[in-house]
Amino acid sequence: MMNTTSAPVLHAAGISKFFPGSIALDDVELTLYSGEVHALLGENGAGKSTLIKCLTGAYRRDAGMIRLDGQEIDPRGPLDSQSLGIGTVYQEVNLLPNLTVADNLFLGWQPTRHGLLDRKTMVRRAGEILSGFGLEIDPSLLLSAYPIAIQQVVAIARAVEQSGKVLILDEPTASLDRDEIDLLFSVVRQLTARGIAVVFITHFLDQVFEIADRVTVLRNGRLVGTRQMDDVTQSDIVEMMLGRHLETHLRRRDRSAPGKSLLKLKNFGKRGMIEPFDLDLHEGEVVGLAGLLGSGRTETVKVIFGVTAADQGNAELRGKPVKMANPRESIAMRFGMCPEDRKTDGIVGDLSVRENIILSLQARQGWHRPLTRTKINEIVDHYVKALDIRLASPDMPIRLLSGGNQQKALLARALATEPELLILDEPTRGIDVGAHAEIIELIEHLRAHGMALVVASSEMAELVTYSNRIIVLRDRHHVRELEGDAINTGAIVRAITQQEALA
Amino acid sequence: MIRSPRLPLYITIATFILAFAICVSQYPAMLSTRVVANLLTDNAFLGIAAAGMTFVIISGGIDLSVGSVIAFTGVFLAVVMRDFPVHPLVAFAMVLAITISFGAAMGAIIHYLEMPPFIVTLAGMFLMRGLAYVMSTDSVPVTHDFYNTLQGIYWKAPGGGRFRMIGGLMILTYVVAMIVLHRTKFGQNVYAIGGSPVTAKLMGVPIAKTTIGIYAVSGGLAGLAGIVYSLYTSAGYSLATVGVELDAIAAVVIGGTLLSGGSGFVAGTFFGILIMGLIQTYIVFDGSLSSWWTKIVIGGLLFAFIMLQKGLSWATTMRRKPAAEFATRS
Ligand SMILES: Nc1ncnc2c1ncn2[C@@H]1O[C@H](COP(=O)(O)OP(=O)(O)OP(=O)(O)O)[C@@H](O)[C@H]1O
Ligand SMILES: [Mg+2]
Repeated sequence: MMNTTSAPVLHAAGISKFFPGSIALDDVELTLYSGEVHALLGENGAGKSTLIKCLTGAYRRDAGMIRLDGQEIDPRGPLDSQSLGIGTVYQEVNLLPNLTVADNLFLGWQPTRHGLLDRKTMVRRAGEILSGFGLEIDPSLLLSAYPIAIQQVVAIARAVEQSGKVLILDEPTASLDRDEIDLLFSVVRQLTARGIAVVFITHFLDQVFEIADRVTVLRNGRLVGTRQMDDVTQSDIVEMMLGRHLETHLRRRDRSAPGKSLLKLKNFGKRGMIEPFDLDLHEGEVVGLAGLLGSGRTETVKVIFGVTAADQGNAELRGKPVKMANPRESIAMRFGMCPEDRKTDGIVGDLSVRENIILSLQARQGWHRPLTRTKINEIVDHYVKALDIRLASPDMPIRLLSGGNQQKALLARALATEPELLILDEPTRGIDVGAHAEIIELIEHLRAHGMALVVASSEMAELVTYSNRIIVLRDRHHVRELEGDAINTGAIVRAITQQEALA
Repeated sequence: MIRSPRLPLYITIATFILAFAICVSQYPAMLSTRVVANLLTDNAFLGIAAAGMTFVIISGGIDLSVGSVIAFTGVFLAVVMRDFPVHPLVAFAMVLAITISFGAAMGAIIHYLEMPPFIVTLAGMFLMRGLAYVMSTDSVPVTHDFYNTLQGIYWKAPGGGRFRMIGGLMILTYVVAMIVLHRTKFGQNVYAIGGSPVTAKLMGVPIAKTTIGIYAVSGGLAGLAGIVYSLYTSAGYSLATVGVELDAIAAVVIGGTLLSGGSGFVAGTFFGILIMGLIQTYIVFDGSLSSWWTKIVIGGLLFAFIMLQKGLSWATTMRRKPAAEFATRS
């Protein structure tokens, strides 16, 4: 286990990093001891990912020094830090979909024979490594053939293999299920037993308490402090992160009856994606979608919004038959959607934050009727403030925002169209505790003002707080609907597992 | 099968076999070593240039300077050998050094100044063509005994086909290119950059070195193609090989390489070249068709292959399976 008496494995001090218009890091210190799991926490935009990138050389730091095992190091890029024994899973970018799984695992440190890549060994070793992570997949297939969660595990496996001394994980669990998280944690424990130091960034505080030995908190690019996990409570940490106390309001939802029927789906489905289901949505109602990864939450959301057109069943909007064939028509019917995978389906990285926020609204208006400059600024300012999006300027390309702030900007895009039906897929993924509470508040607020919402989320506790109804999915089936007093996490878990027992 | 990354390559090979079968069924005489030998000889310079282009396109770039570099090489060789008493092998070494450095310089500009490859290589295209003009506006013949010796080397196959050295050089180029692209770290880095330069950088791919290397390979192979062209025509002419870069790009795309980068095969390009050569041969055999039909058929093929790639990428994303199916835990 952790050994704080000896010299640290890695010691970074005085790290500063400036970007045009913002100070991302200001004199930050991080000390890692052999065999510890060190949580790095902070609000969205606090500078966690930037600190990691400065440590691995992906960014040039503007000040500060890094010592590894007492030796001063100056990694000039990820390749340097990899060869120094620092393995990293970066937050945004994981792997290359156009290479095979094995190629991704070994890129940069491929085994060679006679100077040529030894593909046989690569595929065999990849298979062994991945089965250590509970994956039985064919490593000679393209990475893109596999879903995001699997890709994420492959990224973690790659970093673990490279981490001789330090393993850095930047929000690795955001798209993983409980089982995969357990597996990751058991791997992390094996590594720390071998004396490797692990840096773990996340917004899930329960996971921090489960696995971390010490915690370092950043706020606005500054170091707030480093603590032993044994000495702090969850609310201490939240206070360190936010600089204020967060009232935990697990207010029960008020039970104002939903309004008129808005959207009625009958026998709606798409072969191979989601079994036909019925759904009756009312104004002023939140319907939650619960289920494990791959259970069909995202697929349900996609057919409702017309991202993939349903091939059976019919839909009625306020009693009139409609077709949801593509997102454009859905937007025209005043539906809004915030997708799960912001990197591939959501943001347009090189466009400014401003343009990203008004994109859907402008699309609905038609490109021949451009929004006026003042109107745009008004909308953008409003949502930047309402959602507390941290940015240097709305004109900066959205890819430069921190992960959580990109997520908020996407939410702003959906809200800017003032939809009647808002579909949210994992709205709180990668979002800090403070903003998390605000988004739940926002959902309540929108519902109270008559909006209908469909929210898919892997966080059951969160679904329970704001849903009027919860649909539980399993194996691409809608298996159970919970309503009123029947809504609680226990019931959801039972609905998922009961079916498992039946099957 | 549909998930195999090699599918586009198989389709290109199948297309070639089909095209050859059609040709032979119409003109049985086309099934001869003579036709095959000529196919290799006549397309050697284009083939070598296209091999370099494959590296560039897989990395997500483009190299428009290829045709000009070939013309420059031809003129340079002819003029140097006319004006100075240098042995052709020395001249070859000189011109390769120039074209490799030229390519590397373009790569460096693309990387360090963050300029689009299209613009940089377009400028390179004008520069090289201009240099060729400056050296000579007329066609300069090469009359060196060593050229005659090289041109005299061939292997006469049964059936009368003469497999010349330059055809062999093209095949050798492809063998080496295949090994480099598929079996070396450099080759993997080319694919990685083509997939996403940002991700590749975070995964530790040396972007600068690789980008410079890619354009150096393309420049060097264009230089080699120029040497082959010089041997093929025994002359250097500054107006030669205009637009050859576009033929090379076409061969690469017909060979199943994605224009957007990240995916493709050198072997595919080889068959792309053969398919294009075959169309030309067919038109020669027919005799009544205008040679412009070559362009039209190649245009059609290009379109078909681009559509095919769209279809394939669509099919693979549609068949993505849910996570649960891959897990082994209980
Ligand atoms: N390349 C860049 N150019 C300009 N600003 C940047 C750049 N990268 C990051 N920033 C800014 O630096 C700040 C810190 O970002 P960082 O990504 O480190 O946050 P984070 O703590 O990882 O947040 P999250 O929890 O949302 O991932 C943000 O305000 C971000 O906008
Ligand atoms: Mg981050």
